[in-house]
Amino acid sequence: MSFLQFQGIGKTFPGVRALSDVSFAVRAGGVHGLLGENGAGKSTMMKILGGEYIPNEGQLVIDGQPRAFRSAADAIDAGVAIIHQELQYVPELTVMENLLLGRLPTRFGLVDRGRALAWTREKLDALGVDLDPRTRLKQLSIGQRQMVEICKAVLRDAKILALDEPTSSLSHRETDVLFRLVRDLKAQGKAMIYISHRLDEIFELCDAATIFRDGRKVADFDTLEGVTRDMLVQRMVGREISDIFGYRERAQGDVRLAVRNLTGHAVKEPVSFDVRAGEIVGFFGLVGAGRSEAMRLVYGADRRESGTVAIDGTTLRPSDIRSSIRSGLMFCPEDRKEDGIIGVRSVAENINISARRNHLRAGLFVNDANEARTADSFIQRLRIRTPHRRQEIRLLSGGNQQKAVLSRWLAEKDLRVLIVDEPTRGIDVGAKNEIYNVLYELAERGVAIVMVSSELPEVLGVSDRVIVMCGGRITGQFARHEANEEAVLGRALPEGAAQPSMHSTRTA
Amino acid sequence: MTDRNTATALDPAAGSQPARRNAALWQFVDDYSLILIFVALFAVLSCTVEYFFSWDNVVGLALSVSQIGMVACTMMFCLASRDFDLSVGSTVAFAGVLCAIVSNATGSVTLGIAAALVAGAVIGFVNGTVIAKLKINALITTLATMEIVRGLAFISSQGQAVGVSNEAFFSIGSAILFGLPAPVWVTLACFVLFGVLLNKTIYGRNTLAIGGNPDAARLAGVSVDRTRIMIFLIQGAVAALAGIILASRMTSGQPNAGEGFELNVISACVLGGVSLMGGRASISGVLVGVLIMGTVQNAMSLMNIDAFYQYLVRGTILLIAVLVDQLKNRRQSR
Repeated sequence: MSFLQFQGIGKTFPGVRALSDVSFAVRAGGVHGLLGENGAGKSTMMKILGGEYIPNEGQLVIDGQPRAFRSAADAIDAGVAIIHQELQYVPELTVMENLLLGRLPTRFGLVDRGRALAWTREKLDALGVDLDPRTRLKQLSIGQRQMVEICKAVLRDAKILALDEPTSSLSHRETDVLFRLVRDLKAQGKAMIYISHRLDEIFELCDAATIFRDGRKVADFDTLEGVTRDMLVQRMVGREISDIFGYRERAQGDVRLAVRNLTGHAVKEPVSFDVRAGEIVGFFGLVGAGRSEAMRLVYGADRRESGTVAIDGTTLRPSDIRSSIRSGLMFCPEDRKEDGIIGVRSVAENINISARRNHLRAGLFVNDANEARTADSFIQRLRIRTPHRRQEIRLLSGGNQQKAVLSRWLAEKDLRVLIVDEPTRGIDVGAKNEIYNVLYELAERGVAIVMVSSELPEVLGVSDRVIVMCGGRITGQFARHEANEEAVLGRALPEGAAQPSMHSTRTA
Repeated sequence: MTDRNTATALDPAAGSQPARRNAALWQFVDDYSLILIFVALFAVLSCTVEYFFSWDNVVGLALSVSQIGMVACTMMFCLASRDFDLSVGSTVAFAGVLCAIVSNATGSVTLGIAAALVAGAVIGFVNGTVIAKLKINALITTLATMEIVRGLAFISSQGQAVGVSNEAFFSIGSAILFGLPAPVWVTLACFVLFGVLLNKTIYGRNTLAIGGNPDAARLAGVSVDRTRIMIFLIQGAVAALAGIILASRMTSGQPNAGEGFELNVISACVLGGVSLMGGRASISGVLVGVLIMGTVQNAMSLMNIDAFYQYLVRGTILLIAVLVDQLKNRRQSR
């Protein structure tokens, strides 16, 4: 018997249909996967479940009762908890205070800390979550904060839990803890919805799945027995992608990027490596391994303590982004929203912000006509989905934003080395494939590419060479033919760590 | 202007013909709402308020907002880069006093003006450097310099208005060129200059980028610190220019001049659609913002409304403008 039913849900925003006639059902004691590319309608669906959006058509039925949520509070009252990608907590407060927010036990009008603490300990133990109730949330890792968020939902006695991309910023070990908790909650009879781009996780956790495309339901699986990865991908994208990496062999030239003895924040031991023209080097490591920090040092975004970076034999000025760019070294940062895009500015502005200095009229005035041409040509070439170049970039999907940030550097006439940090995080399968193709094209033109990624299949599938980091130093290097999951992962784990489960490391 | 319709972001093919025409109409109203409001306001006041619609009154109106107008141009940059400057009112006073003192001491108005402009630029440079390099909140920094510079104005003038003996000085504020007073021409020149700077130069585009996302701007190769310092430096110099003109119009440098000036300037900018969150600004918006403020003030004076009530009305207008902006934003993001 289904505990939660979506019946003919439709949602229209001014001028666009976000969802049409979507029906599916979620069992109590089950984990239901929601799949689809970005913009397919999963998030809209979750916002309807969470009471943030009111559907134009259809209804929710919970435990046999038709429900019409008018607000988020209605949904919470009905036992619905949504764990969003962006967590909602108070960083300055402790675990206990966050869990008891708004209902701390009091005595004579004052907070009864003793009772609160005992209660929190008991509940955390019951859930098997190992956290000190007195720690402030800001001192916890992202994974631990998420745990607190889930505990909060469970303690509110939520019957329906929806997790939206919960593992996107978790380490392997945190992911394992999360999965254990999800299975426990399932055993307790909660109805769970699980949204993820990582198909391995869907296979590992979910009993059933629904696939969305363009605001419609395109497939329903009551069981995932006998369902293959390809079947899911094909329905998600509506076409067949046999190998999403599509690796292409290519020639390599001389050393373009030479990094020597680089140290700085979170990079304790000197880091040295080379990248050749036309080569794609993948940097793999667990969260906190120091890859992103090392790349920011190379680019000059953070102050380095020692070491040199040279492009084609010319040493760059230390900690000077502009000198890096002028020498042909460019960087697409990990956190697209915080460090990559300028959200309120247009797609065209985001593309032209750096290269425009080379096209000024009278050495002073921005050449609008030229910039429009540049923007339009990249929008076409990289298939950036936007109504026009003047659209504010924050309104685009993650994949399209990433393509625009890439275009920013492609527009530079002298791109020699490109560092991309987590280029496909939170991006759907189709767009991933397109981004890989951009990287291959650049490499074929002789650009040296460094790709930092936490996705092992991606690192193995795209790189000519793999460099592994752990604890702020380089711990291994593999040529493409020597690199395999076990060997790479072995170097990525801290000494003495247990072998993690292989759920997110299965290859396509 | 950007298309604010979220719908089209999801699906470019969405929307039937009439729906699209409807959206375009809304877009037009969105983009030009402020100008439409001003035109309507002006028309209504012209019909209802005696003496309002006359050349003399309109020129007087323009003159009365000329100081606010020129500083609003630079405040627009400041707000667009997600910063804030409370020190401009004090700079106006100090520049006026300094100009008067130096003019009297040297007998040269040119030297007086130069000294005041340099002082303004230095104040701005200090503001910018403290904010950009020492990473101190702009509100706090300029609150401090606001007090300090006001103090300097009182100290240097010993608390008294400093009269200027040189007749040439008065012509700055009162000269008429081609039918308009010189300060109005200066303000118009500021609008043209800063309009071009904002829209057509790297400096202006980078200002908006910094306001939109300072971290991303830096990683994209924008020299964030240098641009921010430049914004404050120019703002200081322009505030000093406004102070000189004001002193000339009042025939003396007054240490208590320009009190509350900074808030009027910021109000005009916000009224003109400049986002306090940074990244959004237009010169036409600021111009209209300044004009609406001036027009309302002017009409109230003509109607003999007590000055005390004018505060009330100005605050209410600002609040409504911010609310309307908020509602517009909310509609975009839902």
